[in-house]
Amino acid sequence: MSKTKISMEGAVKAGELPLGFAARPGSTRNFKTGDWRSARPVLDREKCIYCGFCYIYCPDGVYQDMGPEEKYYKADLDYCKGCGVCAQECPKNCIQMLVEEV
Amino acid sequence: MSRQYLKSAEVPFEKITAKTFPKGPDSLASGHRACQGCGEVLALRLLVKALGRDFMAVSATGCMEVCTSPFPQSAWEMPWLHVAFENAAAVASGVDAGNSILRKKGKLPDKRIPVVAFGGDGGTADIGIQALSGAMERYHENFTYVCLDNEAYMNTGIQRSSATPFGASTTTSPAGKLSKGQNTWKKDMPAIAAAHKIPYVATASPAFHLDMMNKIRRAAAIPGPAYIHVYAPCPTGWRMKPELSVESSRLAVNSRVFPLYEIIDGQYIINRKVDKPVPVAEYFKAQGRFRHLTEEDIAQITERVNQEYEHLVKLSETFNEPRY
Amino acid sequence: MSVTDSTKPVGIEVSLAMAEAVKLAEAEVVAAYPITPQTHIVEHLSDLVANGELEAAYIPVESEQSALSACIGSSAAGARTFTATSSQGLMYMAEMVFIAPMLRVPIVMAVANRAISGPINIWNDHSDIMSVRDCGWIQIFAENGQEATDLSIISFRIAEDKNVMMPFILNIDGFTLSHFIEPIVFPEAAKVKKFLPPYETTHKLDLAKPMSMGLLGAPEYYAESKKATDNALLGSKPYVQKAFDEYAAIFGRQYKLVETYRMEGAETAIVAMGSIAETAMTAVDEMREAGEKVGLVRLRLWRPFPVEEFRAAVRGVKTLAVVDRHFTPGFPEGPVATEIRALMYHEDDRPRMSNFILGLGGRDVPRNHFKYVVEKAKDLGAAGRQGQYEMVGVQE
Repeated sequence: MSKTKISMEGAVKAGELPLGFAARPGSTRNFKTGDWRSARPVLDREKCIYCGFCYIYCPDGVYQDMGPEEKYYKADLDYCKGCGVCAQECPKNCIQMLVEEV
Repeated sequence: MSRQYLKSAEVPFEKITAKTFPKGPDSLASGHRACQGCGEVLALRLLVKALGRDFMAVSATGCMEVCTSPFPQSAWEMPWLHVAFENAAAVASGVDAGNSILRKKGKLPDKRIPVVAFGGDGGTADIGIQALSGAMERYHENFTYVCLDNEAYMNTGIQRSSATPFGASTTTSPAGKLSKGQNTWKKDMPAIAAAHKIPYVATASPAFHLDMMNKIRRAAAIPGPAYIHVYAPCPTGWRMKPELSVESSRLAVNSRVFPLYEIIDGQYIINRKVDKPVPVAEYFKAQGRFRHLTEEDIAQITERVNQEYEHLVKLSETFNEPRY
Repeated sequence: MSVTDSTKPVGIEVSLAMAEAVKLAEAEVVAAYPITPQTHIVEHLSDLVANGELEAAYIPVESEQSALSACIGSSAAGARTFTATSSQGLMYMAEMVFIAPMLRVPIVMAVANRAISGPINIWNDHSDIMSVRDCGWIQIFAENGQEATDLSIISFRIAEDKNVMMPFILNIDGFTLSHFIEPIVFPEAAKVKKFLPPYETTHKLDLAKPMSMGLLGAPEYYAESKKATDNALLGSKPYVQKAFDEYAAIFGRQYKLVETYRMEGAETAIVAMGSIAETAMTAVDEMREAGEKVGLVRLRLWRPFPVEEFRAAVRGVKTLAVVDRHFTPGFPEGPVATEIRALMYHEDDRPRMSNFILGLGGRDVPRNHFKYVVEKAKDLGAAGRQGQYEMVGVQE
């Protein structure tokens, strides 16, 4: 028997893999892409007209509709990669990209 | 002349307006690994949002496939299948055939299931063109193919494809002492699709999101194959600031570089007339891939862009015999 | 009335008989591209669909690449799926051939074995299938028309078994089997329904229960995914035999993973696969009559390799003459011989073994070639030598 201890690099046992190497729908939500970010969107709710362009144009789908009473869209910073498309597309210029300290 | 011959234009579908925009959860989940500001994943997200979850998706290998499906996670909320690079259209045709026969035999509910294949420009215009041509020609009933065109092989490191525009510098069509970058004109995929006499062909841009989302709804509703060519800005590959992907989509349309049109039962229809185009230079400005071009080069490209646009206008003004 | 309604043997071309068997198996999707010598199978299937004898979708794809791609799609949709190909077609779809086992889609594919180019050659050998040997499918070789017909049904049963869920390649020799007219007994349709119930699975694209198939396997998952697929392939072996046994119980024709012929007291054994075993049996008969202690071992199941069954079949044999229908350029032995030598290396009492390449690209294999290889292997063995890589009858 070999005495050498080797590291097991596999993240899962072969016998525990799902049939056909398949995955559950929408499961990338388990992966938070927020730590890619170097700047985060900050909304000036005074100026916001609740048009939804930030929600529509976000490539990562991070904006959530806070409803007709709150009348704004909130960025989920767990996923926001800080691309700045929302700030660029906001017709009222009410989103600023605030550089985050590391 | 009556336009009622446009049978496919009459097929009803639920139109999305600013008021009826689907606000529910996305059909493409967050947590995917697309680059910051990726215009392709934005287009994809809106396209699948328009369809909801009652369809089946097939992906060609490429950026969108890799960034949405690293085991054990998937961003796709509907049944999704990826096999290889060149064969998304063939795989989708098989899924449709399987669904259709199971429905016919009573093993599935008697309801159409749209099958939508997504490929990049390489997976569509180059390596996948044979499988796509075959699938369009065979006339699969519930088949829609979407080309997400970011104008080069981005997943492998920005190599030129046949959809790369003239003058763009890529890693295999680099600008240099003897080169202006890509030295061929972009392959006209929508015309190639239309040549298959399928009922529906369209171009779309994420900047005109309602137009784009309604096009995929219409494509899925029309019986028979449909092809949608979607402009998909790539900040990484185009050497552009990530926040500019929607703006560049808008400029591409407004400069006539990427016109929005439909070809329904063979009839060209321009969806957004551009009478006073934004200068092509304005569109090029933000993109590093065009930075080496001289004013003369841009004038030459502008001439070609205008010629192609005028040709499109002519086609849209020409009555085409219906092709059923 | 269909030929399959006959209770008596019907004289029919083997390709057509296989198509009729696929009809009895009620395949739901067939996607295929024309290539000789496979075409008669799918031509006949498209005929059966066109005449309403088989309720299936026939997809006349534009290439083999798309043939198997469409099959993966329809099988993933939950439809019983069949295709057939040969030679260059198998090469052209090779990329998809390697992907299907990971997806665990139980497609059945007939391969009418044919030489691969170049030079272009439409005739029989095993170079096509051996070139995708490591694809991960269950692989089986039929010897005659009856077997090819029966296996066309049994293969679905094995592939779709909930404990298996693997794609299945049924090899038949191009022309020398596919185009022969043989007397075939068709299994009774009602009994086939009992043996092979409709394909039901939860492993499919389903709007009610969506899943994603065909994911990226990063280094921390790739090896495990390969191991899982191999475990599935190795684990399919008992279910192959189980399906054979159940088929025998209903239809009376018993198949085994490894067949032996006149191996009682044999000192020399020919090892062969596919239809040339028929010729080999005749040669064995003649040699036995002449007092030679020779027998034949035929591998029916090629993947997963029936290791124990093969070792048991050749136990006590002094000399093996292993026949290959393909060769490995740059290596002094064909693939079948290489594997058998590797398997026998672990045996304490291992036989001497020689390798002979026969019938490349449709070259005729007469009975006396088998006599030649037996004599040659015996002579080499008696001299304590192992013979490697002889292309029998080739002009140097």
